[in-house]
Amino acid sequence: MKTVHATELMEKVLLKNIESPNSTHIEEYRRVGGYRAIEKALRMPPQQIIAEVKSSGLRGRGGAGFPTGMKWDFASRDPKFPKFLICNADEGEPGTFKDRPILERNPHLLIEGMVISAHALRSERGYIYLRGEYPYAKVVLEKAIEEAYEAGFLGERILGGDFGFHLSVHQGAGAYICGEETALIESIEGKRGQPRIKPPFPVNVGAWGMPTVVNNVETLANIPFIVEIGGEEYSRIGNPDCPGPKLFSVSCCVERPGVYELPMGTPLKEIIYDHAGGIKGGGRLKAVIPGGISTPVLTPEKIDCPMDFVSLPKYGSMLGSGAVMVFDERVCMVKVCWRAMRFFEHESCGKCTPCREGTGWLRNILERMETGNGWKGDLELLRDIASSMAGKTFCPLGDGAAGVVLAFIKDFSEEFEYHIENKRCMVTG
Amino acid sequence: MKIQEEIKGYLERYPDRRGALLPALYIAQRKAGWLSQEALEAVSEALDLPKATVRGVATFYAMYRQRPMGRHLIQLCTNVACMIFGAERLVDLLKERYGLEPGGTTDDGRFSLVIMECIGACDRAPAMLVDTDFHPGLTEEKIESILEGYE
Repeated sequence: MKTVHATELMEKVLLKNIESPNSTHIEEYRRVGGYRAIEKALRMPPQQIIAEVKSSGLRGRGGAGFPTGMKWDFASRDPKFPKFLICNADEGEPGTFKDRPILERNPHLLIEGMVISAHALRSERGYIYLRGEYPYAKVVLEKAIEEAYEAGFLGERILGGDFGFHLSVHQGAGAYICGEETALIESIEGKRGQPRIKPPFPVNVGAWGMPTVVNNVETLANIPFIVEIGGEEYSRIGNPDCPGPKLFSVSCCVERPGVYELPMGTPLKEIIYDHAGGIKGGGRLKAVIPGGISTPVLTPEKIDCPMDFVSLPKYGSMLGSGAVMVFDERVCMVKVCWRAMRFFEHESCGKCTPCREGTGWLRNILERMETGNGWKGDLELLRDIASSMAGKTFCPLGDGAAGVVLAFIKDFSEEFEYHIENKRCMVTG
Repeated sequence: MKIQEEIKGYLERYPDRRGALLPALYIAQRKAGWLSQEALEAVSEALDLPKATVRGVATFYAMYRQRPMGRHLIQLCTNVACMIFGAERLVDLLKERYGLEPGGTTDDGRFSLVIMECIGACDRAPAMLVDTDFHPGLTEEKIESILEGYE
């Protein structure tokens, strides 16, 4: 008999009703209780909403895990107006596709979350920064925004009150770096997407120099639920240190890849074996990247790890975007590492020398290993270059690239050495 | 509608003219599938921005095309999940079957191929976009029959 886990009993919050063929329509969203939280929220003073979000313990779902309420508080206290609210829908971290079902199947949840957030921040202008790789989501979101305007949830005098908020989609154009909030802001301003130095932080000096909150899709999609049930109640879901429902996108060598909504803190093992159906074809687990390609790889003995922002660092990795990439024994770690580095090299914006040059050097060395042309001493060279990049760049892209290499060669050094010595792959021959 | 007028329709969304630059570049690219010198100049004129500024921004982003493209643009993902499920074989197949190299265009101008970085469909890998149509779960047979639908 199949074991029933407590987590399976949890009602879906973020992916609620997405199986319905009409899930993107406003009537269907309202039929299942949508746009009720907005009515409650608009009767609350902005400060009270911020207080609820603070007490909920919600932490940003984009990767860094910064407390959302605190971010809002900083922006709210800044005396400058206008303030901007930006939804980061530039989901570009390889392995990550968790926001896609919200964007394509539950757009009104995001819009409702944004209107409530805008009211809390007293922002009258918002953007959804949507990655160019999701053209279908653009069609869905623009239709949903139009419906929300018609129904009076967007525009001037929302629900007949004093508050007005305007929202539009801003389409990115294929630059991973624009997922970094300051690069994203540059891109919205019509510039090359290169990160800014922090401080000042966007909450004080953001888009067009004004206080700006940038929140991930999933973060904003949590807001209506927090308003509905209250921060206290929300804080009891999952891990008390970083509570709430969490979307995990599980991919590569599992039986049932997909997006799973589970309480924060669900063990990695349960995600892989119970929800995603275990290793594809009954193979043996070799490695897991727990939070998207930029997070350090884990070895199989670490899969008892609870998947949340506080536990993963204790196991030497990070929750990142919650993108679980599972590799079985048939996957070559040198090849995965090389492909990851090809990605970082392509996506480095070129602003900081250690990242721009370092990612290219690392890719070059990994490529010669992968093609059977590795040199003796290449592992030390990789370690040396990666260590020289870490901590020396404006944004975390360089750190991520360095950390990926360091984790791979630490835990799978045997495989890398085999490639160098035998001029061929240990896995595929 | 002339593209200048269409671009101006985006101005109200942003506090200044430059904010509308990314959408303007998309509009300018739509007709020919790439940003010619004339297209860049039209954007520069519509937004009253220096040509160098417009080109500088256009060249930063992978999805603004700097060269003429085929009638249909294939954007194939070869990132980790797609790679594991055989995206490299698909790249080879496109070369053998259509003479199409990454970054290249077929001789008859029917297809261009761009290797993209993570299409965000790792659960349905490998996947590609043909123009704006999304095609997941590709196999060698499937990709051929899909492409037959694009003349």
